[in-house]
Amino acid sequence: MSKKLPWAPLGTVLATLLAPLSASADMANYSPVTDARLISPEPQNWLMYRGNYAGWGYSALDQINVDNVGKLTPAWEFSTGMSEGHQAPPLVNNGIMFITTPNNQAIALDAKSGKEIWRYKKQIPDELQQLHPTNRGLALFNDNAYLATTDAFLVALDAKTGKEKWKTAVADWKSGYYMTLQPLVASGKIIVGCSGGEYGIRGFIAAFDAQTGKEIWRTYTVAGPGDPNAGSWPTGKYATGGGSVWITGSYDPKEKLTYWGIGNAGPWMGDTRPGDNLYANSVLALDVDTGKMKGYHQYHHNDSWDWDEVSAPLLIDIERNGKKIPSLVHAGRNGYLWWLDRDQKGKNDIGFVDAWPYVEQNVFTKIDPKTGRPTYDPTKVPATNKTTTYCPSLWGGKDWPPEAYNPKTGLFYIPAQNNLCAELTGEPVKYKAGDLYIGVPLQGILTNVRMTEKAKDHIGEVQAWDISKKKLVWQHNYQYMNWGPLMTTAGNLVFGGGTNDRKFHAFDATTGKLLWEFPTNSGVIGVPSTFEIDGEQYVAVQSGWGVDAERMQGAFNAVLPPEQKNTVPQGGVVWVFKLPK
Amino acid sequence: MNDLQETPPARSTVDAPSCEQRRQALKIAVIGMAGLGLLRHVDASFADEATDKRPQPGDRLVDINGDLAKPLKADDIKLASKPILAFPFDPATKKARDGSRLNKLLLIKLDATVMNVETKARSAAGVLAFSAICTHQGCDVSEFLPEDKNLLCFCHFSKYDPLADGAVTAGPAPRNLPTLALQEDNGELVVAGLLSSAPGAKTNT
Repeated sequence: MSKKLPWAPLGTVLATLLAPLSASADMANYSPVTDARLISPEPQNWLMYRGNYAGWGYSALDQINVDNVGKLTPAWEFSTGMSEGHQAPPLVNNGIMFITTPNNQAIALDAKSGKEIWRYKKQIPDELQQLHPTNRGLALFNDNAYLATTDAFLVALDAKTGKEKWKTAVADWKSGYYMTLQPLVASGKIIVGCSGGEYGIRGFIAAFDAQTGKEIWRTYTVAGPGDPNAGSWPTGKYATGGGSVWITGSYDPKEKLTYWGIGNAGPWMGDTRPGDNLYANSVLALDVDTGKMKGYHQYHHNDSWDWDEVSAPLLIDIERNGKKIPSLVHAGRNGYLWWLDRDQKGKNDIGFVDAWPYVEQNVFTKIDPKTGRPTYDPTKVPATNKTTTYCPSLWGGKDWPPEAYNPKTGLFYIPAQNNLCAELTGEPVKYKAGDLYIGVPLQGILTNVRMTEKAKDHIGEVQAWDISKKKLVWQHNYQYMNWGPLMTTAGNLVFGGGTNDRKFHAFDATTGKLLWEFPTNSGVIGVPSTFEIDGEQYVAVQSGWGVDAERMQGAFNAVLPPEQKNTVPQGGVVWVFKLPK
Repeated sequence: MNDLQETPPARSTVDAPSCEQRRQALKIAVIGMAGLGLLRHVDASFADEATDKRPQPGDRLVDINGDLAKPLKADDIKLASKPILAFPFDPATKKARDGSRLNKLLLIKLDATVMNVETKARSAAGVLAFSAICTHQGCDVSEFLPEDKNLLCFCHFSKYDPLADGAVTAGPAPRNLPTLALQEDNGELVVAGLLSSAPGAKTNT
């Protein structure tokens, strides 16, 4: 003891001095994220929103698998210091983890220890209202990290230091434009889209030069003058027609086409804007270099249900009648599972293959087998000064949380909400810049939820589909909601949170058997990721309840008896799990 | 890059252009930059201008969705009905203080006989005034729920009790909705004090 004592303070000093050096040493060896790496991401890293451009949410890592996942244990946790919805996947690039939090913060961490390396805080205007206080992550490219903010800025950060390199105003936040999505990096461009349909924006997708922030192209999601589909809107309505973009597009680097899900038209009631209202509630195929629209498919026309089709479709090759179809697959907020052909007639146009309901849906009476256009039951179409009940609810069969695809099982996994309906009444509304432009009494949204008899059994579901056979292979039920983005791995596992009991779950990807669950600090609505360092596989996710999951809980609390009401605690924490040694 | 700065410009007491001159210059600059496709975010909140000032004692109130030159009377507010969103109105300049959305106020008329002494003292003919900006994430508090007599913010369903100093009764809001005392002058609603605390959310940490 007496010999060691004099060295103890020196050791502390050395450790203090070396800690930042160690962090910067890691950063000195930072691996630039190139186009080639994004096209073929290495399994040990998680470089983008869904792990690959096809949007699969899949990892080829298999050290953690069905045989040992039951032993999964926390490796480290990190409190972000923020409340609200923590939805960003922990991105990992050769030992460096990047996360974002609500209120436009970005953090770099040592992925093995959880030690903070840097933190960036975008200052938020005092007058900004944040309807969706969340962020879905940084985009990594070369030595930069890109953040899209709720005051509608695109910010380029030095990935090594967190210092701001440039920022570009993508749109005017005072008119209701905002961003929560992770930008897409493709072909040297940073591509984003804007939300704000509730405030009467005109949605768009825009690409910016990765080095300078200069805008390269902008394609509107609401057809206006000069667009061949401008006639799908009453005169002048395009300017406030909504068509928000919420979620990162998927990308086919071979064809250089990027696919985006588009939100609903505004205001909510379809009778205020007669017509199909293109390109609301659609998927768009855009040329990544020019922004030119190469194809589109509208999932449903003249929306009155707030079913914005926020998620981008997954790119999957699926066999049909012995022929491989380069497909787009999307679990619609409208409650139908959509199977589209992304190379119809060899022209990169989008064609319809098939669609069927995956949750209780009582609005569509039929789907045109050639075009996929639905026919509506007129008694289930909300309108101004008319009260209508319809299923699924305004949060849909699936809202923003992403599906996953596992090439080893061939199954497509959906985080679904079932047995929920909504009652809405439309009211006249006038546009005023920056104010809500919905056309539905706001207290009616609080009390919109109608639970069906089957909701007594369950509401949340994790579904596994064999798309080629139109077959539901397995389903796991949760008593209440499921707001959990899914990830699947070569270890034959499916991971997801989403429940109001704070748990993060792992399932057998083939059978759906629940193999592991862990109660975190808050509700898990984050996108999971997995990575490997020094031969060890880790699974990471942010826990931090908020935004629409919290809003749905509020709507449940408005209709449930007191003993079933619930308040999910808030506060963001990064959880990283691994197997014990 | 050609970003305009995000914070208000530094003030000088010597040879400084007037606020109006500054505002005009800024407008010209913004219009010019917009023409060049260079428009960037502008957050110049000239908080000492009459239209940007928070509600002041003696201010009248005007309906945000009505006539911004016509002061509201207590009789214009219907008992326990959908709240009126209002801006303060400076009687000296005859202008609404509409330069900042943080100046938005919520007016609700409730039965004065059920108010406690403090609440009644803040009311004018049963009309109570609050900041209309949710303390959670800055959205408009615009609804009144007659069933539980609470004010509601649509964004994340925070609820406030107008009869208990704007206390949070449900949802994620971290603090009370700021209150504003009123009095009556020949039937017109008049601001009788300052907001009980700063309006809006505190999202920068």
